[in-house]
Amino acid sequence: MSKAPAAPKVANLHDLLAIAYQIEIDAVDRYNLLADQMETHNNPELVKVFRDLARAEGIHGEEIRRMAGDFDVVNHARHIGKFADDSPEEADLGSAHYLMTPWHALQLSLKGEERALAYFTSIVNTTKDPAVKKMAEELVEEEAEHVNLVHRLLRKHPEPSKNWADDLDPPVSQE
Amino acid sequence: MTAVDTRNVYKQADYKSDVKPIWCPGCGDYHVLMSFTRTFAQLGLPPEQVCVISGIGCSSRIPAYTNCYGFHGVHGRSLALAAGLKVTRPDLTVVVASGDGDGYSIGGNHFLHACRRNVDMTYVVMDNHIYGMTKGQPSPTTEPEFDTALSPGGTRVRPFHPLVVALASGANFIARCFSGHVNETADVLVEAIRHPGFSFVEILSPCVTFRPDEKAWKDLVHPAPVAATNDPAKAARRIMTDDGFNLGILYRGSRTPYQPAAGGTHTDLSQLEKDFEL
Repeated sequence: MSKAPAAPKVANLHDLLAIAYQIEIDAVDRYNLLADQMETHNNPELVKVFRDLARAEGIHGEEIRRMAGDFDVVNHARHIGKFADDSPEEADLGSAHYLMTPWHALQLSLKGEERALAYFTSIVNTTKDPAVKKMAEELVEEEAEHVNLVHRLLRKHPEPSKNWADDLDPPVSQE
Repeated sequence: MTAVDTRNVYKQADYKSDVKPIWCPGCGDYHVLMSFTRTFAQLGLPPEQVCVISGIGCSSRIPAYTNCYGFHGVHGRSLALAAGLKVTRPDLTVVVASGDGDGYSIGGNHFLHACRRNVDMTYVVMDNHIYGMTKGQPSPTTEPEFDTALSPGGTRVRPFHPLVVALASGANFIARCFSGHVNETADVLVEAIRHPGFSFVEILSPCVTFRPDEKAWKDLVHPAPVAATNDPAKAARRIMTDDGFNLGILYRGSRTPYQPAAGGTHTDLSQLEKDFEL
């Protein structure tokens, strides 16, 4: 399992919900940024994959909002601390490539879901607040489902051949 | 007048323009853009009170991607533009974006004198040790043995050491960051903007297209082992002996920022115009 990233402090249930919401919103933004990159670099297949991933994360964010009931997670998320690095489900921008395939995108997604799973698991293991623990356990279940889903998707998109990045007409080759 | 605390009023998205970056996927400059917007949001700066000025190169595209005022200037001349703006509009937050080609080669002389003048602004150089936009020529920070089609066998020229040059020339704040560490970079940029005088922040920003080897930087960078010093001699020794991957604030000076001489400017433009009449 991935290591849980250094994270903002969870003092109560509201903090946990706000962080969980923010994790999903960060993922939406990141996938949309990657989709924009693929659009610019004419990789339409990956545009669709990243937009689909962004949409899925947006739905997860809305689910967390619903779980929060009347509590305003959106506003609270603005005031909580931040992760030391990328938030758990933000795909690594440095791994992007203009010729990347759905397998690469799903690998990024898998790592994100595993980081989120590790993060919520660390909350379950460390919190002394029963309400936080219960909610974190629910979030662990959610993330475990997402990990399983990405594994299923990966079966449809096998690893590409080793020369996937070869480009006989590269857009930026030296002349 | 009571100062208004605008922190938490602005979101990162408020500083992003609708223009989609055309950097290569995987480029470190995407992270730097995120650090910029995070920095401005952390400081609660109204977008119209910030001006991002640049020269030419991949890194210099950044003003177009922010929603602040911007000036995409002439190659290597961004610091001159920025100094002029800051002196005439000291109320603005002026951030200058450059790369190792734009900033250390064609703009090298401006770099020295900007450090010396110590105008209150922040200079960010996204250093990828290569000219990316023009397809991979060696830059002043390229390693001497780095072999390219355009420099077979490497340049065999000693690389420029920007942090030492900045220190020797009088920069008042010197830091090194890694683009992949978005939050840490934003924290350093916040400090750089707050620090009076000329702040210089070098950001190691990998060029995945012409320097795929730089993907390894994320495993090479590490925090500087000691906190920032205000002693230039100590700072020089530390910077000269580090491995080029020490991150953090390395020097905080205490020089007074440049102020134009009182009464020394022409305020009557019509008179000035007359003086130039032939």
